Amino acid sequence: MGTKGVKNSRRDFLKKTAIVGGGTIAASLLNPFDAVLIASEDPGDKSKVWWGYVIDIDKCIGCGRCANACKTENDVPKEPFFFRTWVEHYTINNDGDVHVESPNGGIDGFEQTLDKDDVFKTFFVPKMCNHCHKSPCVQVCQVGATYDTPDGVVLVDDKYCIGCRYCVQACPYGCRYIHPEKKVADKCTLCYHRISKGKTTACIEVCPTSARMIGNLNDEKGPLVKFLKNHNCLVLKPHLNTASKLFYNSLNAEVR
Amino acid sequence: MEEFNHLYEMLSQVQGYVYPNEVDLQWGLLIVQYPYLTGLVAGAFITASLERVFNVKALKVTYELSLLTALAFLLVATMPLISHLGHPERFYEIMITPQPQSAMAIFGFVYLWYLMVVLLLEIWFDYRRDMVLWAREAKGLKKWLYKILTLGVNDISPKTVMWDNKIGYFITVVGIPSAFLLHGYVGFIFGSVKANPWWSSVLMPVIFLFSAMVSGIALIMLVYMVVSYVRKKKPDMLALDTIAKFLFYVIILDFTLEGLDQIHRIYEAEESFEIISMLVSGKLYITLIVIQVFLGTIIPLVILGVFQFYKPKDSIRRVLYLIVSLLILVGIFFMRWNVVIGGQLFSKSFYGFTGYKTLIVGSEGLLMATVWVIVPFSILAFLIWLLPPWKKHNSTEISEAE
Repeated sequence: MGTKGVKNSRRDFLKKTAIVGGGTIAASLLNPFDAVLIASEDPGDKSKVWWGYVIDIDKCIGCGRCANACKTENDVPKEPFFFRTWVEHYTINNDGDVHVESPNGGIDGFEQTLDKDDVFKTFFVPKMCNHCHKSPCVQVCQVGATYDTPDGVVLVDDKYCIGCRYCVQACPYGCRYIHPEKKVADKCTLCYHRISKGKTTACIEVCPTSARMIGNLNDEKGPLVKFLKNHNCLVLKPHLNTASKLFYNSLNAEVR
Repeated sequence: MEEFNHLYEMLSQVQGYVYPNEVDLQWGLLIVQYPYLTGLVAGAFITASLERVFNVKALKVTYELSLLTALAFLLVATMPLISHLGHPERFYEIMITPQPQSAMAIFGFVYLWYLMVVLLLEIWFDYRRDMVLWAREAKGLKKWLYKILTLGVNDISPKTVMWDNKIGYFITVVGIPSAFLLHGYVGFIFGSVKANPWWSSVLMPVIFLFSAMVSGIALIMLVYMVVSYVRKKKPDMLALDTIAKFLFYVIILDFTLEGLDQIHRIYEAEESFEIISMLVSGKLYITLIVIQVFLGTIIPLVILGVFQFYKPKDSIRRVLYLIVSLLILVGIFFMRWNVVIGGQLFSKSFYGFTGYKTLIVGSEGLLMATVWVIVPFSILAFLIWLLPPWKKHNSTEISEAE
């Protein structure tokens, strides 16, 4: 290949890059909402419900009522090893050290053990199943007992689960546990028994500051999408590409 | 309340922060055992194939022994897996409605393929002529057992036997990639979990495969020496030296791969690096650095390495081979331990550690695990009694070696 060939291939390359790059930018301008969804693929039929969830860290006061209500509503064992949702307390001191705790999932409240003057920043982060669109837990389930509902909720069929615990290992967010009596995997169902009847989830119902919000990601005029448009929301561990549908407002880099 | 006592104990041992659901470590001793037993099977089979396919004549004496060992351990390999399930009675669902995206779902099929198509067939073709002859000589129950095992195929004309050999050879050729598949696949079960940086490595299947070969070859070495001792015969030193030579090379490969994996981790030093280096220098120090690397790898490597250049007298070599094979078997067991348990000791938040304590009783306890060690050796003893390799009619080399 002579100089001409090199020039031509370089020109081709530039041309293709411009098309791809320009196309991406144009597409994201046309439909900026897709960029918010990050890796979440086509949520199917836009006329149907596609559940998403938002947690506003700025609003959470760490009262732990959500974790408690969830346990009551969903018969989650009371022992401090089983949670469908829990609240983490982050404290970053002036030296940059990160201290995290979640005693009994935050149900009994929190106590700041660090001296006030040493605290650089402190905040609460409620955690729960991310209802990922590309869930690692659904992927690894041997028998298909863990599955996606058409409206985007990840559920477990407890009559079918064999209790191999592979899904517990596969979840990057620690959202699954083995139910000590049923001996099957258990996790947040997004209160599917409630939301499918037009009610809201137990955790949202009891949240005194409205830090939690559920909504239809397909409803572009709905409150959830509006919130996502107006705030800088992030997902946990985005590098794992799980297409999480749990979005956090004001998420700090220390949160994992 | 009592059933949660050990969890409260673990909670008191938590260092730093772990997600609340992580206090309970999910895969315990039995899941350490499962890749260990499967690895022994794959390794033992590959030792057998060294003779059959690669024509390493010195290993003729351990050929059948390797196959029977592989079978004995394969029959039990799934047991720890099934007994640890929350619902063992639903295990058949894996075969009936496998979820094809799951890395684990195909295990049942890989396993059955290996058991039915490879091992059982190979052993059957290898022993068929002998079983026909033994059925004529034996009396009572044994006679009937042989008769049943021949499946009524009693033709032992030279032409048919030649076909037995040909098919046996073909099965071994198919068996080698199958053994690779069986164990590489077990490695993939761990290597494909992207949520866990200690597991998630593209090298995991290859490392599992080579460590399987190391453990399987060491097991054959041990079993051969023990069987010879029980029979009050001196083991064939040429065979032992040959096994040792292969063991030496495979350990080098295995150690290199594992080293590469760790060096890669250290050099890339990703987000999880701090927690993993704390894990290795802390909770896994004894089981990884001391047992797996030093006792289970470096010492055997040095002893076997020296033997490649200088051979002390037979009795010393025999003792050292015994020590080496035991060290390797313990070392590889702890390699599995370090992968399975180690991968669950640190939180996926990378902010802390949970603990692990082996329970004595229960479906995942030490007693259950002990059962799954005793059973394969008992099966092996039975198989050797039923199909003694040294009594095979065509095994002239064996009687000569003795």
